[in-house]
Amino acid sequence: MFTLAIRRDAYRPVQRIALIFLPWLLLLAGWYAIHYSGLINPALVPTPRDVFWRFIELSKTRLPMDVLMSTRRVFLGVLCGIALAVPIGFMLGWYKGIRTFIDPLINFFRALPPIALIPLVIVYFGVDELAKTVILFYASFFAGVIVMYEGISQISPIYVRVARTLGATDAEIFRKVIVPLAVPHMLTALRVALGVAWATLVASELIAAQQGLGALIQNAGSFFQLDIIYVGIICIGFVALFMDMALRAIAKRFVSWQERIA
Amino acid sequence: MTGPTRIAFQNVSVRFPTPGGGDMQVVDNVSYDIRDREFVSVIGPSGCGKTTMMNIVAGFMQPTAGTVTLDGKQISSPGPDRGVIFQEYGVFPWLSVKDNIAFGLSLRANRAASAERDEICSRYMRLMGLAEFADAWPRMLSGGMRQRLALARAYAVKPQFLLMDEPFGALDAQTRSAMQDLLLEVLAAENKTVMLITHSVEEALYLSNRIVVMTARPTRIREVIEVPFAYPRTDALHESREFGELRSHIRNLVMQEYAQQALQRNPQPA
Repeated sequence: MFTLAIRRDAYRPVQRIALIFLPWLLLLAGWYAIHYSGLINPALVPTPRDVFWRFIELSKTRLPMDVLMSTRRVFLGVLCGIALAVPIGFMLGWYKGIRTFIDPLINFFRALPPIALIPLVIVYFGVDELAKTVILFYASFFAGVIVMYEGISQISPIYVRVARTLGATDAEIFRKVIVPLAVPHMLTALRVALGVAWATLVASELIAAQQGLGALIQNAGSFFQLDIIYVGIICIGFVALFMDMALRAIAKRFVSWQERIA
Repeated sequence: MTGPTRIAFQNVSVRFPTPGGGDMQVVDNVSYDIRDREFVSVIGPSGCGKTTMMNIVAGFMQPTAGTVTLDGKQISSPGPDRGVIFQEYGVFPWLSVKDNIAFGLSLRANRAASAERDEICSRYMRLMGLAEFADAWPRMLSGGMRQRLALARAYAVKPQFLLMDEPFGALDAQTRSAMQDLLLEVLAAENKTVMLITHSVEEALYLSNRIVVMTARPTRIREVIEVPFAYPRTDALHESREFGELRSHIRNLVMQEYAQQALQRNPQPA
């Protein structure tokens, strides 16, 4: 328990770097251990080394394009999803009357897994880029809208009251009180949506995609190329991780008034 | 200290709808005047309706019957002429200490030129002992400092009235007593008309000209007590015999009403 109480900047830089790399090294060690333990047929578990060389090889051919396509789809889907989730989540959080009616509807659609919608999406949106964006949009909208409205509905009304007693008009209250209070929730919604969108990516690229990390994994699966599957999975993880880190860096600038970054 | 009447309660009654579909009377036919530059404390059992009375003056709600007027005009909305201090501070966590104080001055209702804004901010930061914390976030401040910040923010827009709802209720005894002295000091420098809602007999006596003791719900005025001590007041006042006598008199009244209110909540079988 007491390590939790230590503040992040209490570590010296060397210690910090060591602590950041330690879990990854343990993961690699575990991976090798499984490969050599004999518990699983070693042919079914490529070693990190195999996967690394496959990664280098693919980097010279299709991998950059796969990463680019997938990132673009996620980016576009999340952008559209959040652009809609923010105003709707805000309305639901702020006007408690609306929530009673809309809440069941949101939860109904939120429960539907995007994969289940693929046949319908193909019928209505075809098999090209639009269809994939629609799936990612769907996933990120429902993830974002919930975070947004839960956050907004927890804003204490006291700030609005205080602003009113200082003479603020409705427009000023919106601009100077509600927007700053909503920004952290917007950023959290964005982070959650990004996570969900990466998770949904493979599903969206099931729709006849030639390029993209999901497609890479799909194709490799058909040819039993396990090392390529691992490369694809690890790339998804890392790109998502980098996006999240970038978003956190942005969040830090906007919401430095908060104790922790959401 | 008796000026013209500023705030007048005339036959004010308030009823709230209850979840069961009925309604509950909270304030029952209260008439009372607050005069210019007076410091009035309202004291009574918790949940009796004191805060409701302040909310009407602040403009957050309207009485069900009767009127509350300010300089003869019915109060219909909040405004910068009435600064409100809440128990839970309400300092804006997303603004630095300085920007919190400047908030009111950045609004159209009381916009000040930036030079004037800076001057007002630094004056109140100095007065409230916050000068070193101008750029700090409110989360870094202690409870007492947050309440001083709330006070500075309210003062910056030059309200004529200060409405305070249990402002020091969340503070420890020492901080509370320091805040009371600070409040008297600031009031001596800039006169305001004050309405203070409190549970503390001690606090009411130490700060105010007059104390209005309210009954259990539905609340009426039980007794109005003139506090005879001259300002400036110091801590030694707490030890005086007259202070002690008044304190036990008021405490008696409040305890009777408290018992009454408790009885309402848990009726005893006859």
